[in-house]
Amino acid sequence: MRVRSLARRSFVNHLVMVISAAVSAMFLFILGWVLYEVVSRGGMALSWSFFTKLPTPPGIPGGGLANAIIGTLMITVLAVIIGVPIGLLAGIYLAEFGGESRFANVLRFTCNVLMGTPSIIIGMFVYALLVVPVQRFSGYAGAAALAILMLPVVTRTTEDILKLVPNTLRESALALAAPMWKVTLEIVFRAGKSGLMTGVMLAVARISGETAPLLFTALNSPYWPGWLEQPTANLTVTIFNYAMSPYVDWQQKAWGASLLITVSVLLLTVITRFSLKDNRK
Amino acid sequence: MNKNRDSVLETKKQCPRKHESRSADSELPVKVFVRNLNFYYGRDQALFDNNIDIYERQVTAIIGPSGCGKSTHIRTYNRIYALYRDQRTEGQILLDGQNILEEKINLIRLRRKVGMIFQKPSPFPMTVFDNVAYGLKLHNKMSRSELEGRVEDALKRAALWDEVKNQLHQPGTQLSGGQQQRLCIARAIAIEPVLLLMDEPCSAIDPIATAKIEELIESLKTRFTIVLVTHNMQQAARVSDYTAFFYQGHIVEFGKTSQIFENPLKKQTEDYITGRFG
Repeated sequence: MRVRSLARRSFVNHLVMVISAAVSAMFLFILGWVLYEVVSRGGMALSWSFFTKLPTPPGIPGGGLANAIIGTLMITVLAVIIGVPIGLLAGIYLAEFGGESRFANVLRFTCNVLMGTPSIIIGMFVYALLVVPVQRFSGYAGAAALAILMLPVVTRTTEDILKLVPNTLRESALALAAPMWKVTLEIVFRAGKSGLMTGVMLAVARISGETAPLLFTALNSPYWPGWLEQPTANLTVTIFNYAMSPYVDWQQKAWGASLLITVSVLLLTVITRFSLKDNRK
Repeated sequence: MNKNRDSVLETKKQCPRKHESRSADSELPVKVFVRNLNFYYGRDQALFDNNIDIYERQVTAIIGPSGCGKSTHIRTYNRIYALYRDQRTEGQILLDGQNILEEKINLIRLRRKVGMIFQKPSPFPMTVFDNVAYGLKLHNKMSRSELEGRVEDALKRAALWDEVKNQLHQPGTQLSGGQQQRLCIARAIAIEPVLLLMDEPCSAIDPIATAKIEELIESLKTRFTIVLVTHNMQQAARVSDYTAFFYQGHIVEFGKTSQIFENPLKKQTEDYITGRFG
């Protein structure tokens, strides 16, 4: 047996630390760079009319993306209304009732597959299902695609969060002669409330940047969104179209829209973090 | 198959096998008859032919080394084990003459009669008041003032009222460990069970809080039948009227606490009580 040199081990230790710190710093630098570009270029585009006016044809100054902002909000809210309850219920099933049964394991596996499915494929799927038969792009189809994208995220986080709730809490409630569904809804859910909120918020953040599934479903529109039965304006597809266009004022609007999405997601994440801390007291 | 087993048990019920070492006086009314109780975790058997009589309004302590089946045993009395798929029982547990292990038993009705306190205090994530009110609201429709009265009453009986009367609307999780445990006791007794199961209620709390809970057990005895699992022999000696000594899933000896501690009939019991093992 040979004793390893202490100096060498401490050198390796330092080396690993320096490398990992350098990589982290590089990561932060890239993130900072992205933010800087988005803020500096997008900031200029933001104005009162950006939030209140319809888009103008290229070359005509003024105009805004109000229709896309409202359209994105409507599509996202509808996706949440469809996706969250189903995801929560499926998560409850997995955590509280499914156990290791075959059906539950198939469901878990499906969720994992769905989570890894490229969003453009979900877009194609919804296109074939909801767009082709009615021969019309619509905001509904967009919301459906986003809801499908949310489903596995909400389901798996719900399961994970509920499984963190200690079994003694379930047993205590059952021992008080509470029926299982009340135990789940009134005790277990309450105990995992902040975690569940985080899961939903993260899923919303996840879908708010999606472009591909909307390209085939909601498409885009220069008009106000109406009731989503028509092609619906939305920020991400607008960014896609405007950024690829040769017109400077459109490109600038694309930066503005990017900034808007970035800030919204950031706010959503920060708010979630803070409300989580509040509840942990 | 099932029917067959039932009929076998039926005959046993007619001539209950006297417990070998039972010196308990049979004058007292029996609240729970346990006959030939076997328990399985999947394929592993954890309890072997347990027979015991739990006397009404007495404290029965269950002692024994870790892993001997004490908790497993009392977890059958309210069938809380049914939460887990792979756990099952055989035999009979007669509570007020009814076999609670039967398939058709309504678990909600059963647990309404059999309260349970767990090892770790487990207040619900809600206020002190709502913790106690939870069970009451589950089972009764009552006015706010009546509810307040019942909650106060339960907290008083759990010797917690004076400490929490000014923080009824604070989260129950903010109380100290000993207070949380008494909160759980208040929550359990608020719905007036007839049998109270306590699964090492003091193992997670400090000695002063333990003393308070022991005092509490003493006073609760006048209204409830109590089964107390403990790994603290002094505690069993202090608070219980009857003691059962468990070892490796078998009830080695059951009798009056004074007899078990002063004059054990079995060598194993004596060895455990004198600290030779366990």
